Amino acid sequence: MLTNFGIILLFFIIGFIFVGISIAAASLIRPHKPNPIKNATYECGEVALGSPWIRFNTRFYVIALVFLIFDVEIVLLFPWAVVFKGLGWYAFAAMLVFFFILTLGLVYDWGKGYLDWEKPNPIVPVLSDLIDGKK
Amino acid sequence: MELEYQFLLPLIIISVSSVAAVAFDAIWKNKNLNFSFSIFALLATLIAAAYTLTASNEAIDAIKAMALSDLISKHQIHFGGYSAYFDILFCLAGLLTIVAAKPFIKREYEEYNEFYSLILFSICGMMLISHSSSLLVLFIGIELMSIPFYVLAGFFRKSIFSVEASLKYFFLGAFATGFLLYGMAMLYGATGTLDIKEIGIIISQGEAIPIYLTLGIGLMLVGLSFKAAAFPFHQWAPDVYSGSPTVVSAFFATAGKAAAIVGFVIIAKEIIQFDVKSFQIADTARTAQLIIAFISAATMLIGNLTALVQKNVKRMLAYSSVAHAGYLLMGIVASNELGYTGIIFYISAYMFMQMGAFVIVSVFERNGNEKMSFDDYSGLYKSHPILSALMSIFMLSLAGIPPFAGFFGKYYLFLAAIKADFLWLTIVAVISSIISMYYYIGLILQMYFKEQTHGRLKSKVGMAKYTLLITAAAVIIFGIFPSLIVDLTYNFF
Repeated sequence: MLTNFGIILLFFIIGFIFVGISIAAASLIRPHKPNPIKNATYECGEVALGSPWIRFNTRFYVIALVFLIFDVEIVLLFPWAVVFKGLGWYAFAAMLVFFFILTLGLVYDWGKGYLDWEKPNPIVPVLSDLIDGKK
Repeated sequence: MELEYQFLLPLIIISVSSVAAVAFDAIWKNKNLNFSFSIFALLATLIAAAYTLTASNEAIDAIKAMALSDLISKHQIHFGGYSAYFDILFCLAGLLTIVAAKPFIKREYEEYNEFYSLILFSICGMMLISHSSSLLVLFIGIELMSIPFYVLAGFFRKSIFSVEASLKYFFLGAFATGFLLYGMAMLYGATGTLDIKEIGIIISQGEAIPIYLTLGIGLMLVGLSFKAAAFPFHQWAPDVYSGSPTVVSAFFATAGKAAAIVGFVIIAKEIIQFDVKSFQIADTARTAQLIIAFISAATMLIGNLTALVQKNVKRMLAYSSVAHAGYLLMGIVASNELGYTGIIFYISAYMFMQMGAFVIVSVFERNGNEKMSFDDYSGLYKSHPILSALMSIFMLSLAGIPPFAGFFGKYYLFLAAIKADFLWLTIVAVISSIISMYYYIGLILQMYFKEQTHGRLKSKVGMAKYTLLITAAAVIIFGIFPSLIVDLTYNFF
């Protein structure tokens, strides 16, 4: 008699075997005729323009960090929502405390000004200064 | 119910105030406000913890007898006794660190309010460790302690040493946490419960699955030795301690180490039952005891031998703190009343002497990493008679010379190991303690009997003088009246 984990293991094994067999069969049957267009990276049917290795603005990292917190919150929220009916007000209060602390993180970011999008402040040379020889 | 809240009060105060400190910082951004608030919070926690320490045993037994549904802590939190005692110690360490840190951080870098809330968070984690009677609470405590530590190590974020320390600590610490958690999972698999006491009972009845049990204990030993910086997982400690801001290293080496050792004791006492003889599990327990004995011996020897060749005082102190973890593990190996009392006494003494030594280094330190080599300290007594006298007290105490607290700590631990038939371990400990004498006394020689070669050191003591006075007073008082602590803490574990 299999336990539930055993069924999952069986599922994995069958999945691997199935995919392995179909890939092996395909590689035996298929013709082998590569050409540059065929080998090109597929991007939604469009021809790829330029390198995908572009630089992202480092200012995104704060946004990414804040996003990560709330992303993890969602993951924890789903199981809570599933069992909420059985747990009642205790679970509700516990989750409220959790929300409060997470929101405090956002308040902290906000209060410290990490959410402000700092615009670059380039020093534009003024013509008259250049003529006078000032910097 | 109300009784339980009385006992939960220290934990409630520290967790609410550590969150509140973040909010205050975001709203008012006032540096002095956060400093005084964290001092106030730690004092309040300390008083609440002292109150639970004085509570009667009947009250604690009454909580233990309550039904699960009546309790908010669900029997996963241990009250009174050693938990309350260590709460007080951690709060004291936090207070001493904060007071010494304010002038240091202001001088060497830029003061950020986050420092104070991070200290509060990590103390909250340490208190959870000392209160844990469930593997989950222990794990949450260790993580809550470690994560602020990673940030605190990199607090001087523009100094490459600090950033290196932080990154090293983070990667290795996260890895060790993985070992610890996997060990806990194995223990759960072996016994089917997370409650540490119940795990102990199931193991002693021989009902645990041996292979999972062995794996679980082994993996947890790896994780805990890492957190306590014991051989062979001590390599991070010197780098992290010498790279972090000096007051932060003081906090790591005292409170952090104490918390790790408390976690070690809690696990070792219940789960690795050395005194089990008549069951199939006895072999595993004997092996685990021998392994911890070897870890202890190797930690002492390696820590002291490496400290011997250091040219930098801060790094020397870092290696010496590794060696002290070895002495503390002797108490766990002995696993008798005397051993546990010895651990509590030694931690109390060690906390003050190591904190004092690090703070003195921080007083002289300049530009992040300068002015802390042995040569800089030569002839120090001419320009700073009081500071060099204090440093000598800390060094003598760390070396274990009689009038000071370190001697009695070592005495109890050595005695406990002899009583537990670990004579060879005691011999190793005595030898390594003699080795350690060389560099501790060496620093005193450097300060008193060498001419100044590198010019005068400048000191900026400021508020750190309170920390120094309290630590020195504690080292002397504990040394003269060791019974103060021993009578209080006997039978605590």
